[in-house]
Amino acid sequence: MKILSGKALVFGDNIDTDQIYPGRYIELTDHAEIAEHAMEGVDPHFVEKVRSGDIVVGGKNFGCGSSREHAVICLKNSNIGGIIAKSFARIFYRNCINLGLPAIEVKNLEISEGESISIDLDKGKVFVGSREYAFAPLPEYVLEIIRVDGIFNYYAKNNGVK
Amino acid sequence: MHALEKMLARASGRDVVETGEIVRANIDLVEVNDLYLQVVKSYWDLNGKKVWDPDKVTFVFDHYAPCPSMKTADNHKIMRKFCSEQGIEKLFDVGDGICHQVLVEEGLVKPGNIIVETDSHTTTLGAFGAFGTGVGSTDMAMILLEGKLWFKVPEIIKVEINGKLRSNVMAKDVILHIIGKLGQDAAVYKAIEFTGSTVRDMEIDERMVLCNMCVEMGAKATYIQPDQKTLRFLKDHGAVDFTIFETDEDFAYAQSYSFDVSELVPQVARPHSVDNVDDLASVAGEKIDQVFIGTCTGGRLNDISTAAKILENKQVAQGTRFIVIPASKSILKQSVERGYFQTLMESGAVFATPGCGPCLGVHQGVIASGESCASTSSRNFPGRMGSPKGNIFIVSPATASATAIAGKLASAPCQEEG
Ligand code: SF4
Repeated sequence: MKILSGKALVFGDNIDTDQIYPGRYIELTDHAEIAEHAMEGVDPHFVEKVRSGDIVVGGKNFGCGSSREHAVICLKNSNIGGIIAKSFARIFYRNCINLGLPAIEVKNLEISEGESISIDLDKGKVFVGSREYAFAPLPEYVLEIIRVDGIFNYYAKNNGVK
Repeated sequence: MHALEKMLARASGRDVVETGEIVRANIDLVEVNDLYLQVVKSYWDLNGKKVWDPDKVTFVFDHYAPCPSMKTADNHKIMRKFCSEQGIEKLFDVGDGICHQVLVEEGLVKPGNIIVETDSHTTTLGAFGAFGTGVGSTDMAMILLEGKLWFKVPEIIKVEINGKLRSNVMAKDVILHIIGKLGQDAAVYKAIEFTGSTVRDMEIDERMVLCNMCVEMGAKATYIQPDQKTLRFLKDHGAVDFTIFETDEDFAYAQSYSFDVSELVPQVARPHSVDNVDDLASVAGEKIDQVFIGTCTGGRLNDISTAAKILENKQVAQGTRFIVIPASKSILKQSVERGYFQTLMESGAVFATPGCGPCLGVHQGVIASGESCASTSSRNFPGRMGSPKGNIFIVSPATASATAIAGKLASAPCQEEG
């Protein structure tokens, strides 16, 4: 699988889904429109800053709170490469994998806003400048979902759906 | 094995399951709420034609009830059409109430069942000995197709709560206290079981509050071993045909905690996180612009009767808005019949349609920048109820009622019960 690399956009602990995607926009269903409100509750300038391939870095319990998949749809459609956090909330994590957005747990990552970062999903390694961090590689089933860019393609591939 | 593990084993056609392993479980009941038209869209994207079992599928219109915008009205319309095309008869429309409450009242929640909803507070259903958990739209679309979902068998935490609560100290105070002590990420990927004399003494409404708020510690599911009270409740609501599982004596919990709540005083979660908990006294006197009694954690009959008792012959403070929203139509009906609404109306409360109300900041009491709200809901994240510059204090219905009278954070008198 390709190596993900981009610039780090760094957030703190317990970033909840209301901050990632405020409740007042849940009525939206168009994914491009949804992406216009990514991270609005914590950083109203996120959508201006984010570039394709950037990596969102969170602290503990990233994505806690509601089950809204909009919180992943908005990030996925901001074209970020993936998310690294010290830990993820359960539903958010499942939603990431289902939509094919890599979500990696690294407990001891040290990084500042804007630093370049790359992730080798197959090897379970993260590189920041000369620093290197290991993470438990994702299970093969999960990696396969990410490789085909989400459960929809995975399901189609395995069930002959067009 | 734990009772929760036995449920997962049954649902996945196995004799035994072990912590950490992945099982594919048959789902007994699902619920889709009105926030997630995405479920229907994802189902179509997956080329879905006919849901696996329309009798096991429910839709509840609770978050936008009634609709605050044209877009939400359109979403409702498409979902109604979907239900009618798919033969889904259990559509609970605007005004019926909040999903977690409605399913319980309809007798659809049963011990031993695996119940999945598109809502994180599905953990509430552990109060009935069910495995209830929340998922996103894609997972739900997959269940609609196949009736199955994969789960990792969670580690289980035991929380024992003992002691007789003082008057006007409620389940909300207990669970806030526990979340404050254990922290917001204490149970991520794990399940929580409650035991102890306090839990046994609690009525079902209050047990549901404990289980509801466990998702604020990241819990995947909760459990309270069904007892006579549970059985009576289930019978009253027409729930039949279920199996009650029991945990083996040699089961090893991942962690165990014990709390004595006999001295507990009213608690508050201060802005802007649910584990920012302290005694209410620490913020008493803080001016409050809006008081809200309602939601899937604070809008049940017990909550409204508590409010009516405290507000009887009292007036809401000038300059404070007091909004009361029952969690379901049935609670609304009983509140009217028992005179609680009359009492609250005379004291200056305003009411809205049974449903989520302003809990997630879309209608019926959104707060402005700089305003403070005392709420019986479950979350006080920035922007949850409107402006990210608003403040939400999470309190019990008793505290909310005393606060409405004072116009500032205040607790109702709490004494040791004789
Ligand atoms: S009342 Fe609040 S917490 Fe409960 S389901 Fe509705 S929005 Fe969610």
